[in-house]
Amino acid sequence: MSRVRVLVGTRKGAFILTADGRRQQWEITGPHFAGWEIYHLKGSPLNPNRLYASQTSSWFGQVIQRSNDGGATWEAVGKDFNYEGTPGTHQWYDGTQHPWEFKRIWHLEPSLTEPETVYAGAEDAALFRSADGGQTWQELAGLRAAKGHLWQPGAGGMGLHTIVIDPTDPRRIYIAISAAGAFRTDDAGATWRPINRGLKSLYELPDPDAEVGHCVHRIAMHPSRPGVLFMQKHWDIMRSDDAGGEWREVSGNLPSDFGFPIDVHAHEPETIYVVPIKSDSEHFPPEGKLRVYRSRTGGNEWEPLTAGLPQQDCYVNVLRDAMAVDSLDPCGIYFGTTGGQVYASPDSGDHWAPIVRDLPAVLSVEVQTLP
Amino acid sequence: MIRVVLPAHLRTLAEVEREVLLALEGPVTLRSILEALEACHPVLRGTIRDPVTHKRRPLVRFFACEQDWSHASSDAPLPAAVADGSEPLLIVGAMAGG
Repeated sequence: MSRVRVLVGTRKGAFILTADGRRQQWEITGPHFAGWEIYHLKGSPLNPNRLYASQTSSWFGQVIQRSNDGGATWEAVGKDFNYEGTPGTHQWYDGTQHPWEFKRIWHLEPSLTEPETVYAGAEDAALFRSADGGQTWQELAGLRAAKGHLWQPGAGGMGLHTIVIDPTDPRRIYIAISAAGAFRTDDAGATWRPINRGLKSLYELPDPDAEVGHCVHRIAMHPSRPGVLFMQKHWDIMRSDDAGGEWREVSGNLPSDFGFPIDVHAHEPETIYVVPIKSDSEHFPPEGKLRVYRSRTGGNEWEPLTAGLPQQDCYVNVLRDAMAVDSLDPCGIYFGTTGGQVYASPDSGDHWAPIVRDLPAVLSVEVQTLP
Repeated sequence: MIRVVLPAHLRTLAEVEREVLLALEGPVTLRSILEALEACHPVLRGTIRDPVTHKRRPLVRFFACEQDWSHASSDAPLPAAVADGSEPLLIVGAMAGG
């Protein structure tokens, strides 16, 4: 029987949750790297026992950890993230230009085609690539040439948090940056262009249709239709059917279209999931009810999924990297909260149960489907 | 032997006990201690000081003999009690406040 392995990054360490294909009985290990912030962990689709973890601390800086045995043991690998050439500057809060400064890695994305290649999304926003399993890193500096001097950090930092690789063309990569927007390369990272046409930021930007500056929270894609993208923006759920050339809003009947994660069902490319959050100033679910919303129509028509989720007095948040889907049938959906719960649904969202209730605040959730 | 006390996060990272012993030749300074420490435990490179500029990370402090050496020159001789091992050099994560 297939198994699943859920990789959970938290404010105070990493946890690994495993179960068989029924997804009812869970074994939990951790905390790994106790006391450190683990922004993200992810496994290689080519070698599932190869895991990467971003281990960070405001005090002691960045460490990248790598495992070759599914998280049983780890080794620290390269952590020299040097901006290419003269780093240059970006827009700063006071209107001046400010030098790029490395702070941390928000997201790690192993290649779909090259076993030793992995991408890393940084704050201050930049994309790094390693071709030797994380030992050394090189910046794909063409990204910052895409009007980087106009990017300005939001309150949460100018992090590159989303990396989506086209499974049919590894030269095409989508990335998203807080308060800068979405960008695409078609030449393996040499050149990039903003893909923000159709996004509207009425209250966040002086020009609501600006080419860059939109606060994209997450982008999701189904591997069978790599030109169709779904986006949770600061406000608004958006959809593009032409690889980001044009976006249209599909928020429909959601109780709030603010939120962080968005994901796509493993077997139904038009079934998508979001977790509405009340507002940018109140980062908790509307009415104190933790509801995942599912659309089976690629947006616009949404249904609340509540069975097994708290429906009163719930004031947690679900962060952008804290939702994932497995590829079993039926598809499993997972998300973690800032209250330390990790919820799983083994039936595409119809029923939920907590795998674990009392972890530190969850920063990221990824899941691997194992043979 | 020089005694260096590490903060908890760096102990777990380097997989060492609270106190690390280092053999040093020549002047006992912050620079010579950190270079010896990083040579013995390469995973600590970049966690205490910038790996290129060697500037102390902003939220790291150096204490010795009840004195704050955080702002001292990295080439200043540390107290004799640190050099002879009767007192440790404390590497400390600054208080988070709250």
